[in-house]
Amino acid sequence: MTLTPILAQTDALEAALAPTVAGRSLWQDAWRRLRANRAAVASLIILCVIAFASFIGPYLLPWTYDQIDWDHIEALPPDFALGHYLGTDSLGRDLLARTLYGGRVSLSVGILATFVALAIGVSVGAIAGFIGGKTDQLLMRFVDLLYAVPLTFFVIILMVVFGRNFVLIFLAIGAVEWLTMARIVRGQTLTLRRKEFIEAARASGGSTTAIILRHILPNVLGVVIVYVTLTIPQVILLESFLSFLGLGVQDPRTSWGMLINDGAAELEINPRTLIVPAIFMTATLFCFNFLGDGLRDALDPKDR
Amino acid sequence: MSALPLLQVRDLKVHFPVRGGGLFPTTIPLKAVDGVSFDLAPGETLGIVGESGCGKSTLGRAVLQLLPATAGAVAWFGEDLTKLDKHALKARRRDMQIVFQDPLASLDPRMTAGDIIAEPLRNYHPEFSSADRKARVAKMMEQVGLHPAMINRYPHEFSGGQCQRIGIARAMILGPKLVVCDEPVSALDVSIRAQVVNLLMDLQRATGVAMLFISHDLAVVRHISHRVMVLYLGRVMELADRDSLYRAPRHPYTQSLMSAVPIPDPAKERARTRALLTGDLPSPLYPPSGCVFRTRCPKATEICSDVVPPRESAGPQHEVACHHWRD
Ligand code: SF4
Repeated sequence: MTLTPILAQTDALEAALAPTVAGRSLWQDAWRRLRANRAAVASLIILCVIAFASFIGPYLLPWTYDQIDWDHIEALPPDFALGHYLGTDSLGRDLLARTLYGGRVSLSVGILATFVALAIGVSVGAIAGFIGGKTDQLLMRFVDLLYAVPLTFFVIILMVVFGRNFVLIFLAIGAVEWLTMARIVRGQTLTLRRKEFIEAARASGGSTTAIILRHILPNVLGVVIVYVTLTIPQVILLESFLSFLGLGVQDPRTSWGMLINDGAAELEINPRTLIVPAIFMTATLFCFNFLGDGLRDALDPKDR
Repeated sequence: MSALPLLQVRDLKVHFPVRGGGLFPTTIPLKAVDGVSFDLAPGETLGIVGESGCGKSTLGRAVLQLLPATAGAVAWFGEDLTKLDKHALKARRRDMQIVFQDPLASLDPRMTAGDIIAEPLRNYHPEFSSADRKARVAKMMEQVGLHPAMINRYPHEFSGGQCQRIGIARAMILGPKLVVCDEPVSALDVSIRAQVVNLLMDLQRATGVAMLFISHDLAVVRHISHRVMVLYLGRVMELADRDSLYRAPRHPYTQSLMSAVPIPDPAKERARTRALLTGDLPSPLYPPSGCVFRTRCPKATEICSDVVPPRESAGPQHEVACHHWRD
């Protein structure tokens, strides 16, 4: 016997090992696990469709969101010949165009404000929790202080100082939502900080920044992502509340929250104006929740 | 000792402030480590034994500057680590690593074994390419008895013994001069312990690393150490060559620790007289005056409660802190 069979065997072994030994990062793994989760994948697809429709859709429709169809200023049922695919509202404006435009506003407020909250909240929380001591005290008392300022009051002040501005809504909401995020992240960081693997990281020469980025953040990610998916719907609702008070977007501009508000007023005579935006909004909120759960599970290596 | 000491610890103290009770709480120092001195030569293993709560783990961490020392000096090649700034300390840390007691808790659950072992490399050699890093990690894994194909697994997919091997690989990958092993085998299955201890000894033989081996298990310490230090309430009771300590323990505390270990020969086991420890470990917040061991010592006399026993030489390489070691 020659050595060939043994060599062939090792080759086969190497070949078998190669795919597993090739890169396997947390993110690739998470993505693989997320794809296995049907509810999360479906949610992701629906969200993409809604987002795509909201941002591209209005350009493809025959009517714009603020255009009044003077021949049909009563609420018109769906009429394909006229291009009102879902009918008009009581002022003769195309309902689909308005819903999609509203989606654009709601989604951008929701996502951008949440990211503002995420960026500030996670950095403050992680720094306060990890460094502790006086830094922690100072940052957390500051958070407490801001908690005490009522949102509407805060928004009114901003409006007075900077004038009415769409971007301001992101900032105002983001500036309020980060407080809870900071507390959550700080709490998580405090428990993580005492874990031995953090000490191990310090012993192996990791700087504070490296430890926060490499160990703390990936480990708080699960909680943060779930909280993000809860925050986006919350922000969307908050925006509609501000709009209702006349502090958010103004007619003829609109958002889902405003559309639902308007629709609710006409519930008895014209339920369509409530049902259409409500379907879009609830679908979005549901999808965010499913996606959040899916992401949390996907990011936990113990769950496979 | 002829060789230049790698590490000289002098009168090291680590006190933690503890809030007292009452209406106007005052802080009381908890003296976890109280005036410990020893030397460590390159390539040597010093076993540190004592009951839980005697400050062994605190000592190990203070040596590595993972905990700030309250007083005293830790000299690394003659340079006092307690006085170094962050940057200089990071540079020295390259040569001193630690292996922890709880193998799973000391590994980041969201990192693969490969990333965990590679972490010191990333901290000290950011210039290495990822392929280079991986090759080194794979080689290290083989050295500690892990199959390199497991490089992408997560800690929870490994057994306790394997996790400890990952921890050892992480500690050894930079080729350190000192590894503090903080009860590295106490959390492991008895059948695995010997394997891990032998692995540490093999690595020491291959690389010449010095070790501080912290454990409460006298048999394991005897197997691995060259010299042994016995701690009680943060103080050194006895420090001696392994053979002379195990053959003729001088300190009453060491003697009672030894007599708690069963002898595998039933005839000898029955014949010997036991000096078992009675009573509880006193609170380190309120250590007894004089000799800290006096509340449980069978030989205690009046002088023991008044005068702290000095460390005396009781033979070559044998020091003992007891007034009555000669009796
Ligand atoms: S000094 Fe006294 S109390 Fe302390 S160990 Fe020796 S005999 Fe016992």
